Amino acid sequence: MRLELRGITKRFGSFTANDRIDLSVEPGQIHSLLGENGAGKSTLMNVLFGLLHPDEGEIVIDGEPVRFHDSGDAVRRGIGMVHQHFMLVPVFTVAENVVLGFEPTKSFNRVDYKKATEDIRRLSHQFNLEVDPAARVEELPVGLQQRVEILKALSRDAELLILDEPTAVLTPQEIDALMEIMRSLAAAGKSILFITHKLKEVKAVADVITVIRQGRVIGSAEASASESDLASMMVGREVELTVDKSAFAPGESVFQVRDLVVRNDRGLIAVNGVSLDVRAGEILALAGVQGNGQTELVEAIAGMRPIESGTITLDGQDITNHSPRKVLDAGLGHIPEDRQRDGLVLSLSVADNLVLNTPRRAPFAARGTRNLGAVRENAERLVHDFDIRTTSIDEAVGSLSGGNQQKVIVARELSRPLRVLMASQPTRGLDVGSIEYVHRQIVSHRNQGNAALIVSSELDEVMALGDRIAVMFDGRIMGVVEPSASREEIGLLMAGSQVSGE
Amino acid sequence: MSEAPEVTRRLSWRRLYSSRPVAVTIFALVLGLFVGALVIVTTTAAVLTSWRHVFSSPTSIGHAIKITADTVGAAYRAMFTGSILSPGQFWHSVTTGQGWEQTATPLSETLTYATPLIITSIGVGIAFQTGLFNIGANGQAVLGGVLGAMVGSMLHMPMFLHLPLTLACGFLGGALAGLVPGLLKAYTGAHEVIVTIMFNYVIYAFLLFSVLSTPFQLPGQQNDISRTIDPSAQLPPLFGVASGLRVNYGIVVAALVVLFAWWFLERSSLGFDFRVTGANPTAARASGINAKVVIVLVFLISGGLSGLAGIVQAASTTHYIDGGFLIGNAGIGFTAITVALLGRNRPGGIVWSSLLFAALGVGGRSMQATTGIPLDLASVIQSAIVLFVATPVLVKEIFRLRTAPVATLELATKGWGS
Repeated sequence: MRLELRGITKRFGSFTANDRIDLSVEPGQIHSLLGENGAGKSTLMNVLFGLLHPDEGEIVIDGEPVRFHDSGDAVRRGIGMVHQHFMLVPVFTVAENVVLGFEPTKSFNRVDYKKATEDIRRLSHQFNLEVDPAARVEELPVGLQQRVEILKALSRDAELLILDEPTAVLTPQEIDALMEIMRSLAAAGKSILFITHKLKEVKAVADVITVIRQGRVIGSAEASASESDLASMMVGREVELTVDKSAFAPGESVFQVRDLVVRNDRGLIAVNGVSLDVRAGEILALAGVQGNGQTELVEAIAGMRPIESGTITLDGQDITNHSPRKVLDAGLGHIPEDRQRDGLVLSLSVADNLVLNTPRRAPFAARGTRNLGAVRENAERLVHDFDIRTTSIDEAVGSLSGGNQQKVIVARELSRPLRVLMASQPTRGLDVGSIEYVHRQIVSHRNQGNAALIVSSELDEVMALGDRIAVMFDGRIMGVVEPSASREEIGLLMAGSQVSGE
Repeated sequence: MSEAPEVTRRLSWRRLYSSRPVAVTIFALVLGLFVGALVIVTTTAAVLTSWRHVFSSPTSIGHAIKITADTVGAAYRAMFTGSILSPGQFWHSVTTGQGWEQTATPLSETLTYATPLIITSIGVGIAFQTGLFNIGANGQAVLGGVLGAMVGSMLHMPMFLHLPLTLACGFLGGALAGLVPGLLKAYTGAHEVIVTIMFNYVIYAFLLFSVLSTPFQLPGQQNDISRTIDPSAQLPPLFGVASGLRVNYGIVVAALVVLFAWWFLERSSLGFDFRVTGANPTAARASGINAKVVIVLVFLISGGLSGLAGIVQAASTTHYIDGGFLIGNAGIGFTAITVALLGRNRPGGIVWSSLLFAALGVGGRSMQATTGIPLDLASVIQSAIVLFVATPVLVKEIFRLRTAPVATLELATKGWGS
């Protein structure tokens, strides 16, 4: 199947998720769509699969413009999608799952499982997708569950397969197996749209690469393009960010991470022996394409994720595997990656959110009773000092704009006594004005002789803020460079190649 | 893009119990009474017969309307005079200066019925505000009643010691009954709805066992009935036994509980932790709140208050407990769930909704006695009110209320998700 997307535009309110995207996939081709989380990849695929309707632009299949009203239309035109989160019924068998919705029937409308099983065996054999049709899906490892999803699409005569972040949940061995499957499907003439943010996989399997960022096609590349080029295409930003910093005068090391090993939610090693040192008066920026263990590292430091081995020391105090309460009290400020999930209680007032992690500290409470006067006073002061735009300190934080929500968190963290500020993606989703503001606050924290660890996947942010830049890839620190290092050098590290060779 | 739907989802949940709470509740009350009237009309033989005549002689429609209005009017009048005030009796008292006890009896009954309901509902409401469903309030009330009644009937000491100790043991019994599901939820992740429901049955069985066991069973009895609680451990009637009014010092206990709950939720640090946990568990965790401890404490407090309600009930009205203690009529702990939701889990709201439910229950009895309409009509009205309160969109459509601004919306409870 030859697929073309012409000028696809999709808006959500004032937000443009896809901006005039052009893309074409040839039969037998593996086309990789590369981009950061939130770049608009999934939106584009949902448009292609008929789950969303484009505001502008058209989808052309084999030279014929088509309109999909729902995913059923897309399936009938030979498009199959393997979602990041599998759409399988865990207690059904492989055969039952594959035929679900398209069951072959015998007389009296009974499902013909025998035929279903045979069909699956035939398909499995044809495309090298070995899986037992009688096995229950919940008892299969994730890699095999994914095969079931692929079989499901193939059994509906898909000519184009969309794989949405298919490797996110797989082990390295399963990833290799998936690559094999993709190649054999392409060899059989199927087209594949492979969505990912992992450069290595793209390089390994893609024929053509399209990079999208902030809803736009940034460019396309051949598989031979270097990983560092791809990395900077993914995370680069046109707007030049500069922050005025006083001269770098680091003191002694106040925060140390030693040989940290942390597992992710799926039990796989996400942080693999990371060591970091942050000195007083220093901003250590941790760069890296998202999904390389930064989230798990930050959660482990904040006390929200168990640490398998290694130690974390703050100001000479061991805080390894301490509760979030103890870590906060030890003097760690935390600006979490997902502010609405981890940082704020949207239904509570601005004033309450400004003391969210210090409700018992003097003067906000005494003998178990909250001092609402002090809480309000604190809120009035911080709203003024940090320029939080809200109609009142009693307003629910959920009704503030994203930038002002972030200011609430920044104000809360920087207004309590800190030794180390840890900020994860501190400016994600913010407008340029708020970005500058947050950067200035972080730098002034550092100028006062405090330490900061900034985790960001924005290369420009990392280079503007960092006094040193550590680059993380696949759960490891690939290297620590000066901010004067070239984008290419950092890009190379982000792509997983060690500077001084292995 | 990923942020916007999240906000919408939360707000739409809040819409369930949404804007202008007082207005919606009052309109829901009106609609509930209307539904009750429909039930009366369609189940009373006299009314149906009169309407049947309209088909043969259309001129009798006036008569039919009159019968209908009279029947509904008589039912609701009986309900009002039975639960709040009889105007005739009131006038009699004012003019003659006598019979004030009779005048006050309906209100006294309503308050007596409302007392344990307020206490239990506050407990359930605190759990709701923390995002937890305590469906075990009934069992907790029963265990509180058993433990309190044991101390009240088997130990003997002066009142200034005995009564506080009895009440404290009631609280303790409920807290123990809450502790088990609390620990299971916090440390094994067992769903509190399942565990609390099931634990109710364990406690019911224990109740029966206890009132049939020698030290607690009324001596010389074969039946499932306990010893009588000592007068020194009873909550005496507010106006003395001679007045005949049953309203008792339990109402003082309830008032203290309401004050405590208000302070706890609005002013205390622990209550703040509870509300943060209820509104956003992950942010609570990131802010250093220990969710496990919070869950256990919620169940201790919620269970304890239910237990207190149980002993207040036993120590004020019956002075003994039997095998059916608090179990009949779906039980106070289950009524408390609807009462808490109707009162939006706020102490003040719970007081009003408890009084409403108590008045409907007490008034229903008087209606049954005077008009022959079954007491169950009260349950129909109660249920209808709750249904309308839970669907404010419907109420607003019916009465064409304007939607309140987003900022005033608030969350009554979250879903079943743990």
